[in-house]
Amino acid sequence: MKHTISVIVENKFGVLARIAGLFSARGYNISSLAVSETHDPAISCMTIVVDADDEKILEQIKKQLNRLVDVLTVADFTKKEHVERELILAKVTCAPKTKAKLESLLDKYEAKIVQRKNNTAILEFMGAQLDIRQLLHELNQFGIKELIRTGKIAMA
Amino acid sequence: MTGAQILIECLEREGVEIMFGYPGGVVLPIFDRLYDSKIRFILTRHEQGAAHAADGYARATGKVGVCLATSGPGATNLTTGIANAYMDSIPMVAITGQVKTFLIGNDAFQEADITGITRSISKHNFLVKEVKDLARVIREAFHIAATGRPGPVVIDIPVDVQQAECDFIWPEEVSIRGYKPTLFGHPGQIKKAAKLIAESKRPILYIGGGVIISEAHREVKELAETIAAPVTMTMMGLGAFPGTHELSLGMLGMHGTAYANHATMESDLIIAIGARFDDRVTGRVSAFAPHAKIVHIDIDPTSISKTVEVDIPIVGDAKNILGQLLEEIKKKPDTKKWLEQVKEWKATHPLRYRHEDDKIKPQFVIEQIYEATKGEAIITTEVGQNQMWSCQWYKYTKPRTFISSGGLGTMGFGLPAAMGVKLGCPEKTVFDIAGDGSIQMNIQELMTVVCNKIPVKVAILNNGYLGMVRQWQELFYKRRYSSTKLCNPDFVKLAESYGAVGMRVTKKDDVRHAIEKAIEIDNTVVIDFVVEEEENVYPMVPAGEAINRMIGGMA
Ligand SMILES: Cc1ncc(C[n+]2csc(CCOP(=O)(O)OP(=O)(O)O)c2C)c(N)n1
Ligand SMILES: [Mg+2]
Repeated sequence: MKHTISVIVENKFGVLARIAGLFSARGYNISSLAVSETHDPAISCMTIVVDADDEKILEQIKKQLNRLVDVLTVADFTKKEHVERELILAKVTCAPKTKAKLESLLDKYEAKIVQRKNNTAILEFMGAQLDIRQLLHELNQFGIKELIRTGKIAMA
Repeated sequence: MTGAQILIECLEREGVEIMFGYPGGVVLPIFDRLYDSKIRFILTRHEQGAAHAADGYARATGKVGVCLATSGPGATNLTTGIANAYMDSIPMVAITGQVKTFLIGNDAFQEADITGITRSISKHNFLVKEVKDLARVIREAFHIAATGRPGPVVIDIPVDVQQAECDFIWPEEVSIRGYKPTLFGHPGQIKKAAKLIAESKRPILYIGGGVIISEAHREVKELAETIAAPVTMTMMGLGAFPGTHELSLGMLGMHGTAYANHATMESDLIIAIGARFDDRVTGRVSAFAPHAKIVHIDIDPTSISKTVEVDIPIVGDAKNILGQLLEEIKKKPDTKKWLEQVKEWKATHPLRYRHEDDKIKPQFVIEQIYEATKGEAIITTEVGQNQMWSCQWYKYTKPRTFISSGGLGTMGFGLPAAMGVKLGCPEKTVFDIAGDGSIQMNIQELMTVVCNKIPVKVAILNNGYLGMVRQWQELFYKRRYSSTKLCNPDFVKLAESYGAVGMRVTKKDDVRHAIEKAIEIDNTVVIDFVVEEEENVYPMVPAGEAINRMIGGMA
């Protein structure tokens, strides 16, 4: 099961390595990670998405995150009401034949094309995980050549 | 002031009296300042020895142990000692030199990313990139090392930061917003614990090193006597409750006493204090203490319900919580029948070994050390059979008198640790009970103790084997003794060549006399006890078994 963990930390070097180490030491892969300064430049917020089936181990990781000197708070949003967003950039084939179809799809999702070149288009979309999954599914018919995701950010 | 001056000034203000370490290129500015400092610097013969000595000093005194090494190989040589202190929650500050800030990451001469290397084996670490941060970092490092669940903190200081100038400002207060250990227990939880205690019929106290760290031994004794419950200790907890007390069951777990293991398995309430349900203690977790409710008192929330699910967790400092709990206990459980049962186990399953007239049994040597020192010595150990027998056959009555590498199980710990212990407690007789294998891992520290007149006694239980590994090979690998038979030096001559006194004992009748003589001699003494080669440590719980499934004939 995917868990979304929000960690508020000191904005210092070495902190990211410490946090990543708690996952990697157990052979856990971080599915996505978004880190940035908050309104207070001394503090950063990390949104970590991790796939963990063993609740007990995850509980242990959360406690160990809390124990780190540079960690201020740890919150697991998985079962809490929260708002989540992720931004994606996708490069798709955009031949004259399929152009209209692509554009109507993008309209439906309120996604937009940010660059066109030859027979390709880079489009951006921001949304919750479910919307992104659906859009990507529909985009498959056009042929996705490249995909970049920022990783999810979440707020409760 | 220069960075090096600030460092020494801060160390003095932190109350550091003794440091252990080894010089090198990028710590020369620090050594130059040490030359004029009132801090006593002990030059060990290996950085690992320095780390273990600082660790031993910390365990014996409760103060923060400090060690210092140069960059690269000096720093990497400290790492085993840092990991050792981390596993046993020992307050330590390890200072390392680093290459110049602008060379970091360039594969500079003797560069190692020691903050990266020690990230998972230290409580915290710092790379000081600007001299203005140095005083604050040192202050924070000592605070973090010594408070909450203690542990080692590494401070990496590039040589140009040691040389850089800045005004010295001593931070009067330390405030780290992400670090606020919980000190007092939640009153609601304590009430619930008191209720469980009153309702219990077969309670047992299971205590660990946390009791020693928090200096809660008096409260533990009061609790045990108030509710008339037997007390069992982890290896790290030995000495936290008097081993001679009638409620003491000694150590539990893999090489614990049969009665401690039976009592734990049959209890209906385990009161765990400053212990962490280590796999050497629980055996097979799913079979551990099936009838027991568990109250767990610990300052570190990550220790709670990590392996064994507990019913009532109480996070905080053991001494405070026990004080709160004792006030809350109004009704005492009736444990008369339970204590009778425990007494019967003690009578029917005592610790035993077979005496032989023509051979020295290692257990006998330890019993003799116990008697000759009247139980008043501080014992350090190496790792292996020597360590387990030291747990079983010496009775520790006070905290900080049994000093041994628990979590990491580091061979080579005992001798340098004994050096730190002796410096911290000069009036005490200090014995390192050693194995013939382990002692050779840091034997070079004989030179340090002789040279600095730190008289410790080393009792080598020389069985000619890496005995504990051989025991596993005997029991689980059809006696195929692969790489466990040792070729040993002449330990007597070796001791003498370091300037220590060497003795060899081959007859049972000479054991006591040799120990007494060693205690009298005002020098480091190495006694080579040539003991029974294939003696085993019993009882023994095979790995992965329930702890009442002991082997060893007597279980
Ligand atoms: C540094 C290190 N390496 C390896 C081990 C694994 N080990 C545990 S006990 C032991 C044998 C110790 O032999 P010795 O010191 O002679 O003690 P004995 O068991 O014979 O009393 C070994 C190799 C260890 N604990 N530490
Ligand atoms: Mg041996």
